[in-house]
Amino acid sequence: MRTTSEAPVAEPQPVNRALRRREDATDAAMPRAGAAVEVDALAHSFGDLEVIARLDLRLSPGEVRGIVGPSGCGKSTLLELVSGLRQQSTGSIAVQGSEKPRDRLGSCAYMPQRDLLLPWLPAIDNAAIALRNRGASRREARRAAHPLFERFGLAGFEGTRPSELSGGMRQRIAFLRTLLAGKPVLLLDEPFASLDAITRAEMQEWLAEALATESRSVILVSHDVEEALYLSDRMTVLSPRPARAVAEVSAPAPRARPRLETVTDPAFTAARERALEALTEASR
Amino acid sequence: MRRWGPPVAIVLLLLGLWQLASSLDVLANALHIEPFLVPSPSDIAQSLWTDRSLLLDNGWVTLQEVLAGFAVSVAAGVGFAVVLHVSPTLRRAFYPLLVASQTVPIVVVAPILVVWLGFGIGPKLAIIALICFFPITVNTLDGLRSVDPDLLKMMRTLDASRWRTLSGVEAPTALPYFFSGAKIAVAVAVIGAVFGEWAGSSSGLGHLIQQASAQLETALTFAAVVVLSVLAILLFGLVAVLERRVAWWGPVPTGDR
Repeated sequence: MRTTSEAPVAEPQPVNRALRRREDATDAAMPRAGAAVEVDALAHSFGDLEVIARLDLRLSPGEVRGIVGPSGCGKSTLLELVSGLRQQSTGSIAVQGSEKPRDRLGSCAYMPQRDLLLPWLPAIDNAAIALRNRGASRREARRAAHPLFERFGLAGFEGTRPSELSGGMRQRIAFLRTLLAGKPVLLLDEPFASLDAITRAEMQEWLAEALATESRSVILVSHDVEEALYLSDRMTVLSPRPARAVAEVSAPAPRARPRLETVTDPAFTAARERALEALTEASR
Repeated sequence: MRRWGPPVAIVLLLLGLWQLASSLDVLANALHIEPFLVPSPSDIAQSLWTDRSLLLDNGWVTLQEVLAGFAVSVAAGVGFAVVLHVSPTLRRAFYPLLVASQTVPIVVVAPILVVWLGFGIGPKLAIIALICFFPITVNTLDGLRSVDPDLLKMMRTLDASRWRTLSGVEAPTALPYFFSGAKIAVAVAVIGAVFGEWAGSSSGLGHLIQQASAQLETALTFAAVVVLSVLAILLFGLVAVLERRVAWWGPVPTGDR
């Protein structure tokens, strides 16, 4: 199980390190003894609308944490709060040991629900956009992105325009873009919500593999229990809005890689049923 | 053929009807005016040929005014749109003024501008810019603001500065919108030039139209209008071609979809 091993959350691609901002290189990417993400007594409201009632969350470095809950329960808001894009009402959030929103922004990479690839850029420039944002030249950025295209089965698609790619391929490029940001914490917001069922299953398998080779801490938000459970080490089940954690389900270990074997495994289905039960119970 | 057939057929049909009506003096009789005041398409065609150097010279003057005025409004419109986009306070302050500027009747403003700026190209530029500025600014601003909010959030977590987001994401997203505004602007710029010339000038197609109609040279008047229309269509086509070249990705779908 890749979960709670104390693998340092470090730079997976050495080439990335060179392109990263100096202050990040020494700070955010350093392995820490503590949690990758620590959320303590978090509550959040938009005006009178209470979105998150109370949430405690602790992510060990390298852990993949699934967050499931009914639609509109504040899952996306949680990601915005963790990444420092939004200021929480009460409670504390620390990412890589720092509570400062600036540092949190520096440690998190956010992957939105839709791929949001820029149609005027070829796939490789879309994937490498974070490097360009940090001031790398187009050539440097492409050189850094190239090995990832090879590694994740996207070789040959570097120059392809997003409009010529299938939904699944676009989502892969979007994930590479998140990886190439070189951040220790990845925040994935329903990454496959827009895909059809077959592509979705393929993508889940692809992502499971990709996450296994990358030692990043991941918060994966989904409304699909099976997806979250298959991809994560542990899963937190949220109640409808205002959200609070109603259950925590560990993925049955050891897990087989192929998706079909995993999701039909009795231990897996039992865990899934437990989570679904908690979800239904909370919605009542 | 399928593309150009219908418009060509309609134009030919209308021209044929017009030719027939004027050779039978239908319109002149109905209006109780002299037949020579109602030129037939063939009269206009003849004027287009015999007065070609007059039309070309004055057309060239008008074209220069249109191009210069359009260039000024593109620069000012885009600049203004970016400023209003970057600063919400300025946007709230200036947006009503921007709309109000369009309610000022150009016909009234034109003579005043001539008084202020003289008979040279100045007032024409000002009038054209006043007309073209609006569609360019509003469209560009809409484009800049159309970027998906999730994309902006993502760019922030991917370490983009405000400038990078503007130049790398918002500006390219706004480019097709800008071109929509520019196409409207370039077509109405021609009208602006005519207003400017009417208010005071010694050359240009607007000036020619004024002169010719005062001297009851109706065929030449129509010929000048034809040249003006062709000019507007060509400029519109040019901007459309440019749009396909540099903003080929079109409007980017947003989260509202």
